[in-house]
Amino acid sequence: MFFKIAFRNILRNGRRSLMTLLAIAVGGLSMVLFGEFVGFVRASLETNAVQNVGHLTVYRKGFFDYGSGNPAAFGISDYGGVMRLIAGDAAIAPSLRVITPTVSLTGIVGNFEIDTSKTFLGTGYVPADREAMRRWDEHGVARRRVLEDSGLRADDETRGVVGVGLGRVLGLCGPLHIPNCPPRPELTTALASDAGAAPDVPLELEASPSAVTAPRVDLLAATVSGAPNVMSLYVTRAESQGARELDENFVAMSFTLAQKLLYGRSEPKATGIVLQLQHTRDIARVRARLEALFAEHHLELEVRDFAEREPFYRQAVGMFSAIFLFISLIMGVIVLFTVVNAMGTSVVERTTEIGTSRALGLRRGAVRRMFVLEGAMLGALGATVGVALGQLVAILFNSTRSTWTPPGSAAPVPLEVLTTHTGQLLAGIWVVLVVAATVAAVIPANRAARLKVVDALRHV
Amino acid sequence: MTSPSANGPAVAFDKVGKVYDDDGLRVVALENISFEILPRRFTMIVGPSGSGKTTLLNLVGCIDAPSSGRLRVCGRDIGAMNDQQLTDFRSKNVAFVFQNFNLLPVLTAYENVEYPLLLLGTPVADRRQKTLAMLEAVGLADKREHRPNQLSGGQKQRVAIARALVKGPALVLADEPTANLDSHTGAEIIALMRDVQEKHAASFVFSTHDPQLISHADQTVAIRDGQLDLREVK
Repeated sequence: MFFKIAFRNILRNGRRSLMTLLAIAVGGLSMVLFGEFVGFVRASLETNAVQNVGHLTVYRKGFFDYGSGNPAAFGISDYGGVMRLIAGDAAIAPSLRVITPTVSLTGIVGNFEIDTSKTFLGTGYVPADREAMRRWDEHGVARRRVLEDSGLRADDETRGVVGVGLGRVLGLCGPLHIPNCPPRPELTTALASDAGAAPDVPLELEASPSAVTAPRVDLLAATVSGAPNVMSLYVTRAESQGARELDENFVAMSFTLAQKLLYGRSEPKATGIVLQLQHTRDIARVRARLEALFAEHHLELEVRDFAEREPFYRQAVGMFSAIFLFISLIMGVIVLFTVVNAMGTSVVERTTEIGTSRALGLRRGAVRRMFVLEGAMLGALGATVGVALGQLVAILFNSTRSTWTPPGSAAPVPLEVLTTHTGQLLAGIWVVLVVAATVAAVIPANRAARLKVVDALRHV
Repeated sequence: MTSPSANGPAVAFDKVGKVYDDDGLRVVALENISFEILPRRFTMIVGPSGSGKTTLLNLVGCIDAPSSGRLRVCGRDIGAMNDQQLTDFRSKNVAFVFQNFNLLPVLTAYENVEYPLLLLGTPVADRRQKTLAMLEAVGLADKREHRPNQLSGGQKQRVAIARALVKGPALVLADEPTANLDSHTGAEIIALMRDVQEKHAASFVFSTHDPQLISHADQTVAIRDGQLDLREVK
């Protein structure tokens, strides 16, 4: 009966209830859309990170903190054995999608045709594994992206990729078709002769061993023994890395080429073993198992996840989550005030009814519960409409196949909101709205419960 | 349910006073009132406007507390009960018929009559049987699905009477029950209340100016300026 009374009282002043309901629904809709947008951003960042660096990386202990100063010294000797150990573990194997060795190194890259050189941060990948990793798309956010060629080939270890910034610095804008490249300034004769520089002429393309024409650059790195080592790299494409610093330093090459560059004639090693899992949710479990496995086999190895390797992921997700929280807070406050106002008016209008019910024997607590129930029902109705509408608008928005160019990105990427696997988000928003409306109803409900019967019956 | 003893009074006032303090302004509504309301009778509280009739009725209905003196309703000392006890006491023993009917507008006639039984926690089957019987008794069985705004003034008051009597209260309080009705409907309502009062053996206490209603009094209590002016028993 009390549900019936509460529901009929909501319907009684249809316009006011509708406005309150709409305020809650609009709040819900905004929260759903922004929440799903944040979900999309998080999923996109996660997908980018996992495609590039996998979920987990196994390093020799100390590499993550100190290895960049001397990567050669922190190599994993029997990396093949370690990979077999990991891949053969029954607890890890079902979750594993790709396991691959990598080599990280630093050095100098030069285009001596134009007397230009630059320090670089390089990574050596197994081309086939790199290709497989780039196809990971657990959240379905990369389905609309055109997957460009990785630029690495298993049959030609001399092929590689540079960041668009590094390509520009090395004077490869033309051959690599780098967009928005400003014209290279003419150096004065004095400076040019001081530097012994050759005039800036278009680079002649050379044939790589696989007979694919590509500009050549030279990579200089120090081997484990400290001796300088030089290898040629045929740059097949320039790839945007998002941040300028990374863009002007990035070099991706074949794993074997990186090994030769870093270890020379010494024993070839890997500086990291990358694990890409089927599902991100398995990270904690697999990481714990890896650590147990290494301890069991007395291996001096450590494990890092992609969020540690790519701090931008954590920062961006943190920032968007904070904005979402802020928007939710504002929506919650709006809902709170709307419900307080609507229920407050309702209490005033129904003062005589409250007095009558109290005279008939309705306890104060029951009066309070009745108004709180009304608030909760309003909240539930508004939240249901808002969440459903939000999901519908999100699906319609995705069907427009919009694109945008996020900060640091060279090309437009799909602009979507994440509409799948959002049950937890939708349920959370629904609960927040219902709780806000219920809490808001407590204030007028208390006022109704505190009314004196005599005063309430006298109310006109 | 608390009932007055066979010969005991329905209500006993013993030097009861009621003072309102309205923003520092002290208003004496009742002063040193002592009398008894007889059980299972029609008792009329009469007096000019502002004499204290409604205050007296509120005290009898346990929706207001005396400032001084002792008030016993159905044998229970009202001053000794807290708000929740008073609410539960009203729920079981006291019923109201209001001048403006005060039906809950979102409920049908049936639901309005059922409402007091719901507050008492009466089982569904029992509730249904009593509600239908009461609507039948006031001649509104065919209007049970009507909302108050679909009923005439007389029909609303019949529903209000049914709602008051459905729980079998010891005491029914009616504040100007015929004031908003035409004389013909008023007469019908008085006859109905007399009929159900006899059937249910309830004590009816009225506050009224209506001579037609006063003529049915078993006991008349006149109030003037907050003091007992006359007590007459037929």
